[in-house]
Amino acid sequence: MRYAETGFNLEIDLSRGSVERVATDPRLTELHLGGQGTAAKIQWDRVPPEVEPFSPDNLLIFSTGLLHGTPVPGANRTAVDTFSPQTNLYSHSLFGGFFGPELKHAGYDKIVIRGKASELVYLWINNDKVEIRDAGHLQGKGALETGALIKEELKESDAQVAAIGLAGENRVYMATIEHANSSASRGVGVIMGDKRLKAIAVRGTKDIHVARPAELFEICNPMYQAIYDNPYCGDVFLHEDDEEWHVNNFAWGNARERQKGFWNKEKEKQWTDITESVRLRWTACYNCPKDCHQAIKYPGRPTYFQKCYSKLTYAMAAYKELDFNYDILGVTQEHGLDGYSTPQVLAFGIELYEAGILTDKDLPGFPSDSGERFFYLVEKIVRREGIGDALANGVYHAARQIGKGAEKFDHNSTKKFEQLPLKLKMINYPYFLMYATGAKMTITQTEGSYPQSPIADKKEREEFVKNWDAAPERFKKWFLEWEPRTHPSIEESVHICDWNETMHYIDDAIGTCAFLSSFRGQFGGRPPYHLYNLPNFISHATGMDLDSDALWEIGRRNRNLIRAHNVRRGLRRSDEKPPEDHWKIRDPEMETKLLDAYYEFKGWNNDGIPTKETLDELGLDYVSEDFLERGILTDSEGQPSKEISAGKEKK
Amino acid sequence: MTDGLKKKIVKEIKVDLDKCIGCRACEVACSAFHARPKYSSTNPARSRIRVVVDDLNDVYVPIRAGDYTPAECTGRHTYTINGKEYRECSFCGVSCPARDLFKEPDSGLPLKCDMCEDDPPLSEPMCVQVCPHDALVYIEREEEGGEEEPREEMEIGLEALAKKHGMQKVMDALARMSMSKKR
Repeated sequence: MRYAETGFNLEIDLSRGSVERVATDPRLTELHLGGQGTAAKIQWDRVPPEVEPFSPDNLLIFSTGLLHGTPVPGANRTAVDTFSPQTNLYSHSLFGGFFGPELKHAGYDKIVIRGKASELVYLWINNDKVEIRDAGHLQGKGALETGALIKEELKESDAQVAAIGLAGENRVYMATIEHANSSASRGVGVIMGDKRLKAIAVRGTKDIHVARPAELFEICNPMYQAIYDNPYCGDVFLHEDDEEWHVNNFAWGNARERQKGFWNKEKEKQWTDITESVRLRWTACYNCPKDCHQAIKYPGRPTYFQKCYSKLTYAMAAYKELDFNYDILGVTQEHGLDGYSTPQVLAFGIELYEAGILTDKDLPGFPSDSGERFFYLVEKIVRREGIGDALANGVYHAARQIGKGAEKFDHNSTKKFEQLPLKLKMINYPYFLMYATGAKMTITQTEGSYPQSPIADKKEREEFVKNWDAAPERFKKWFLEWEPRTHPSIEESVHICDWNETMHYIDDAIGTCAFLSSFRGQFGGRPPYHLYNLPNFISHATGMDLDSDALWEIGRRNRNLIRAHNVRRGLRRSDEKPPEDHWKIRDPEMETKLLDAYYEFKGWNNDGIPTKETLDELGLDYVSEDFLERGILTDSEGQPSKEISAGKEKK
Repeated sequence: MTDGLKKKIVKEIKVDLDKCIGCRACEVACSAFHARPKYSSTNPARSRIRVVVDDLNDVYVPIRAGDYTPAECTGRHTYTINGKEYRECSFCGVSCPARDLFKEPDSGLPLKCDMCEDDPPLSEPMCVQVCPHDALVYIEREEEGGEEEPREEMEIGLEALAKKHGMQKVMDALARMSMSKKR
């Protein structure tokens, strides 16, 4: 008997219209846990680097986390993994809500989708009964609207639906997959659309068993109150009406400038009133007591759900007020557009127009108001009409397609992907490493365990460290010594980057929300889940014996496997850099040293390629063999060098 | 005790629809508590409390499983409260043929909330324990008006027979049985 997981994946071939239920290897759970980890292994075996993202052979995988469907509170983030046409690299996204647990109760750990349907279809998974159904009547429908229509036609109000909007249907690179109160961004909706898959509906009524019920319940039950009471977890910022931190520190327009002094008490009152007039309620994801999502009803727009920093992204990119943001989200959520990258693409379009690179010929009837321009461009993009066809490929590609100097306006992407609109003064060592080497495409999916800044008061600092259960010992020492306006050392920076990213790889395998763990240690230092209590939850749920060292090892394994995917697709050291103007003051010499040290620590060679020794030690021998065969590693590089073995610690 | 009447303790779960965030932790906890062995599995479809969700209409209604009825009712209503429309059956906890709610997914047998009766008793039913938002609140109140003497199993059985076959037939059968014993 398998605990916590079902032991079966659902294999869908949309080209042939076939459906298969396939037993999985329990050994892979021990090696990778689940979620993104096991997805990466399936992709390694079946999607060689020659496969183009738009090829029918590219896989789109929906993964439950290992702890989905168990009583562990806050385990509900579904992972979506594929290869992205925007970056030609590994594309990983997550969405909360209810989909993953429902899929598990239907009897599946993953949905592995290959091929392409000839017409628009949707998938209906009702326990053992799985159908590929015609979705012609849903063409062009909004993403949440599609969910409601499908539930109605199936007469199954308990079904959970994940769907794309018009953006996904038209293969817009910023397309999301929308489900209930959550969205999967970062370039996965485009592949769902490419496969002509409008939606997946799931209903499951089977039991999920856990290995040590009494022990698991004993540690789960107190978590509800503990998470509820914990002021440092959940979406802390979204619950605050004081937006000073965001509007002052993030850049407006196309990630251009900070507007210090924009915020004042009057503005706060105004914006609070706006939010309160459109918010229906706060909502949660499956089995989690934090209410991180606002249900919004803006006049004239359908109900939608707003989460995270998308509350401000459109307003700030358009130099507008908050009501504009709520208004346009009512349109973009239904189209299924990513609230992070899309505003930047729109602001980029406006900049090109103002610079004369785009003209009235490209933008007939272009309005003068920046808000109206946003609405105008959104409709062009989701239909790929006119200039919208280029802009739909994101800033990096659009800039090169448009040419005429447009490339100069692409200043905030790295690895061809839009980044958060942050423009800061002085280079930050750990952040340099996270931006440069992160495989999850955005800083929010890499940062999060080590505090962003030191605490000035020594007493407070000591107090903080005393209660810092989540941190491995070495970080406590470093944090105690960290004085304001000083950089962490190279060694510390490497470790900080390593710890931060590892926690995300753990979350993304077990399905726990980053707002309860990997993202939430950096403010307050008290994430409900961390390296030292997660092994208990996982062990009691699955029956696998796991301690924090073993958990860390799995995080490393998944990190290296995904790294290997990207290396196999051509990623090298020269690609690993932050957006060029992210910091005004850079330090090229130090950056080289940092990257050298990080690679060495990771057991990667000087070009950022995991060495044979590193791979073999993690049980990824098949990866090192592939690297040797392809000439990515040569025999001499495959040999462990003395410095590498000395520099590589497990934690 | 007044006038020879006992007071009885009525256990209730008060529901505040405005406080529900739709997380369905109540369903998870209920299904785990009632699994055998206890907590060994979860399955919201087996839960005796369900959050009826219609998120685009901002409807979140936690309802508990009540009695079983073999027939659908005739008077179904739509409710409009504070400008929001609630569908028929929204507030009804009955396990009935009109819907799948509150039936074991495998057998179709009806489910009923038992307020998590346990030995030793829980401080509060499980669904309430996992609802820190207080959408669900457990209350006990005393009610005047004599607690009923617990009826014996035989009496309940006889009453069921009488309901099915008619009192006269049951009495006749009893008489025959007692005659044959005497012989």
